[in-house]
Amino acid sequence: MTEQPLIGEAVAIAAEPRLAGARIGVVTFPGTLDDRDAARAVRLAGATPVALWHADTTLADVDAVVIPGGFSYGDYLRAGAIARFAPLMSKIIDAANSEARLPVLGICNGFQILTESHLLPGSMIKNDHLKFLCRDQVLRVENTATAWTGDYTAGQEITVPLKNQDGQYIADEKTLDALEAENRVVFRYVGWNPNGSRRDIAGITNEAGNVVGLMPHPEHAIEAGFGPENGSGTEGLGFFTSVLNKIVGDNK
Amino acid sequence: MPRIVVDVMPKPEILDPQGKAIVGALPRLGFTAFSGVRQGKRFELTVDGEVTEEILAQARNAAETLLSNPVIEDVVNVEVVEA
Repeated sequence: MTEQPLIGEAVAIAAEPRLAGARIGVVTFPGTLDDRDAARAVRLAGATPVALWHADTTLADVDAVVIPGGFSYGDYLRAGAIARFAPLMSKIIDAANSEARLPVLGICNGFQILTESHLLPGSMIKNDHLKFLCRDQVLRVENTATAWTGDYTAGQEITVPLKNQDGQYIADEKTLDALEAENRVVFRYVGWNPNGSRRDIAGITNEAGNVVGLMPHPEHAIEAGFGPENGSGTEGLGFFTSVLNKIVGDNK
Repeated sequence: MPRIVVDVMPKPEILDPQGKAIVGALPRLGFTAFSGVRQGKRFELTVDGEVTEEILAQARNAAETLLSNPVIEDVVNVEVVEA
């Protein structure tokens, strides 16, 4: 009997040779949890992950950046509040707002850091039911024009894990109306709203579509057998292939 | 040494889930007089020496930029407390 490895080799399943040169930075703050999974997702999508440390002062020529989930600085003060002032974050903010429009994806705590950085509007407060929640979550993709969602189809439903305590997205009514009018709600919760987020919002984008933040975790749904049991279990991989196709397309 | 006290509260229009949990717990201990609780934060900034207008302005600036998030919170008080 051949022995099955518990965790398979990280072999790119979506790989195309033209994507392999793309470099995706994955940021680690003190207290980040999901940086290894995010790096693995980048590799499985066919690109090269580049580890970035919060105290770094350069972006190491990456083509895009993922700010993963976790509890940066222990969530002290407010989730993401202290990470926002890390040296690397000012580089990311400048690059995201520059002509080049560096693609940036913030997942969970990364989303909280992006709102604290004012790259995305609104904020997150404690879940309305006050509990930490971990479940497989169905999302509807509402906007496929962003740097991170081009490989999905509009209205597509995907299942990825959700795990957080401060996941309730809030903003004032004027901001929410503007987000809707400009088609900047990228993901909505389908079925039960797991945290009381306004208008079932799970993820949003900036005006240019290069910065996307969401509470659920696409990087945990990239390998069959290790992701959600309903659906293919790999429905998060599209985030990473989307940005690679965007990078390669822009460089043609 | 003097301290500058900064008080931050969740905005009135924002539901405060923690306050809601506390108001639910109070009657279980027999404290039945309270119909609402809102939970905020108090910061104490210690100053070596005298609190000048310039230092107080710095504290107000820090309160608006780091100590609070204006999307969800208001700075409700900044005051000097002598030790």
